[in-house]
Amino acid sequence: MPAIYLDHAATTPLLPAAREAMMEGFALWANPSSPHKAGRAARAALEDARARVKAALGWPGEVVFTSGASEALALAITRCVQPLVAVSAVEHEAVLRWAGHVPRLPVDADGWLAAGETPLGGLVAVQQANNETGVMPSLLGLRDSVAMAGGLLLADCAQTAGKIALPMADLIAVSAHKFGGPIGVGALLVRDWAMLKPTGGQERGYRGGTENLPDALAMAAALEAGNEWLEQAARLRLLLDEGIVAAGGEVVAQDAPRLPTIAGYRMPGRSANAQLIRFDGMGIAVSAGSACSSGSLKASPVLTAMGYPHAGEVIRVSIGRETTEAEIERFLAAWKEIRA
Amino acid sequence: MIYLDYQATTPLAPEAREAMLRWLADDGFANPHSPHRPGRAAAAAVELARAQVAALLPPGGRVIFTSGATEAINLAIFGCGAKRMAVSAIEHAAVLDSAHFADPDCTVLPVTPEGLVDPAAPIPAGTGLVAIMQVNNEIGTIQPVEQLAEAAHAAGALFVCDAVQGAGKLAPPANADMIAISAHKLHGPKGIGALWVRDGLELAPLIHGGGQEQGLRSGTLSPALCAGFGAAAALCTSLRESDEQHVESLWQQARALFADWTLNGDAVRRWHGNLNIRREGLDVARLMSDCRTLAISAGSACASGSGRPSHVLRALGLSDRETKTAIRIGFGRYTRAEDLERAAAAIHAAVEAQGAF
Repeated sequence: MPAIYLDHAATTPLLPAAREAMMEGFALWANPSSPHKAGRAARAALEDARARVKAALGWPGEVVFTSGASEALALAITRCVQPLVAVSAVEHEAVLRWAGHVPRLPVDADGWLAAGETPLGGLVAVQQANNETGVMPSLLGLRDSVAMAGGLLLADCAQTAGKIALPMADLIAVSAHKFGGPIGVGALLVRDWAMLKPTGGQERGYRGGTENLPDALAMAAALEAGNEWLEQAARLRLLLDEGIVAAGGEVVAQDAPRLPTIAGYRMPGRSANAQLIRFDGMGIAVSAGSACSSGSLKASPVLTAMGYPHAGEVIRVSIGRETTEAEIERFLAAWKEIRA
Repeated sequence: MIYLDYQATTPLAPEAREAMLRWLADDGFANPHSPHRPGRAAAAAVELARAQVAALLPPGGRVIFTSGATEAINLAIFGCGAKRMAVSAIEHAAVLDSAHFADPDCTVLPVTPEGLVDPAAPIPAGTGLVAIMQVNNEIGTIQPVEQLAEAAHAAGALFVCDAVQGAGKLAPPANADMIAISAHKLHGPKGIGALWVRDGLELAPLIHGGGQEQGLRSGTLSPALCAGFGAAAALCTSLRESDEQHVESLWQQARALFADWTLNGDAVRRWHGNLNIRREGLDVARLMSDCRTLAISAGSACASGSGRPSHVLRALGLSDRETKTAIRIGFGRYTRAEDLERAAAAIHAAVEAQGAF
């Protein structure tokens, strides 16, 4: 355990309420598809978890539990009744890798999306907030354009669900371990079953495999823990932004609307990898880009797509429910020490 | 509640639960793909688990963690790129449905009335992948998978084995190209399984993203689920003999308790933790509702309750009526002799109440 964990965009600590819910789930270990009493009890708990997830997210449509957001996105993209026709240029690899020659909606220096002339009459995939910069493009206008073109909007809400209100979208991917739930569960939210082609199996025929009840219960409990801490996160992020700028650093897309939990900071003249090694040695966990691509020496494709000229000098700092002001101050002191 | 449905799922081993708790603790979390110190510790736990799971599988391959066996089977079938498929008539829906999805003209290999696939059954030329299970989930028959893998190879096809019911209990088929297993069928947690892939075999992923699992399966790995799976697999290795002896003694007891019932499937070439039996004239639906303190099943959990006749029992040559006179009693490591006795008493009483015999 590092002295300071500021990598909540990679994963978050499991909330005590979620852990307790998992323990209850371990006690209900029968197969939810078994018709005997033990199986029915597991089924009832699973449906209860589903209803609670819907209520906590304020989602009026359907919920398909998956193993996480990557699977939810794969399910949406491969089983949607409409083909993928556009993605934003700054999507997570879980979307981009499906996108081949599909047109990229360009983003500007502040991370804002521009649909331009791209035809939107199919499935259009965008993030609610970028996982490296925290930038939240306006999805409202985009959804209207997509709807007018007869398309469907898929929102990757891996970083935002459980923190801010879900966007108006037709399909939404969420991941439990980004909001205090366990790794290994997520969901695809579907406004209407008619938007997906079924495959057979569990989850109303939209996802085969024995359901992971303990993790589904933990996911519901984590969502119910609420998001009041975001105000504190916003305050801490402001401290960070100001501290970095005062110390000669740069905030990526500082003026764009950003999720209060994620920020990209540039340390002029120091490569991100050199910074990471120093921070790691000081017991501070931060990252360069996403966890998945961290450790690779390539400059972040997100920052490159935004036209950011110093992508190789940016690290990602991400705040969680447990982050304290003292930790932010210690991080800033470390940042200055490395800069010096 | 007496739980006798070990083919649907198995109780989580206390040791597996313990191994998970370490990674569910306040100071145990981290993304195993993060290069910082806590991330590296999580990655080390994942690799330890991978080695423990690999011990249940043949040498010369790699273990790719998935969300379960269904995903592993899908990865094998869709990832290997085969256009023509052959499967046995008694495969689990995860194989049957996926195979027919990949190849609507999929060849279905018949089984004998004993529930065994004949290794001499012809595999059509041009078949790219043959999928056959090691132990049938409904009747427990053990298929000659190594001979079947040989036959598949002779026909120029790859061979994938659904070893969900056999893993941790039987030796894996040494010559398969891919093997799918599930943690929750061997006293591990739900939500994780694995596909074993022979070295040198290239697959295309089904889930793209961060490129985890050597690019074959994206998505953040759960150190807790991996550690639980690993601990459960390690127990299967260390308890192999005592588990087997325990199951054998339960089997002898169960056979004696239900001596006047007809066994479905071969008596010898089967996993003895699965007693699938039938009785003429039995109304299984009524029996199940009369035996509410028992968790037994009439077929697989997934198909149970659907009211459709079991495709496995049909494949043995049973009539629709006969298929609805069968029950499956599944037991294993944590089943006690008195559980079987009490279950048999309840079942016998329910049968007598039906008055048909």
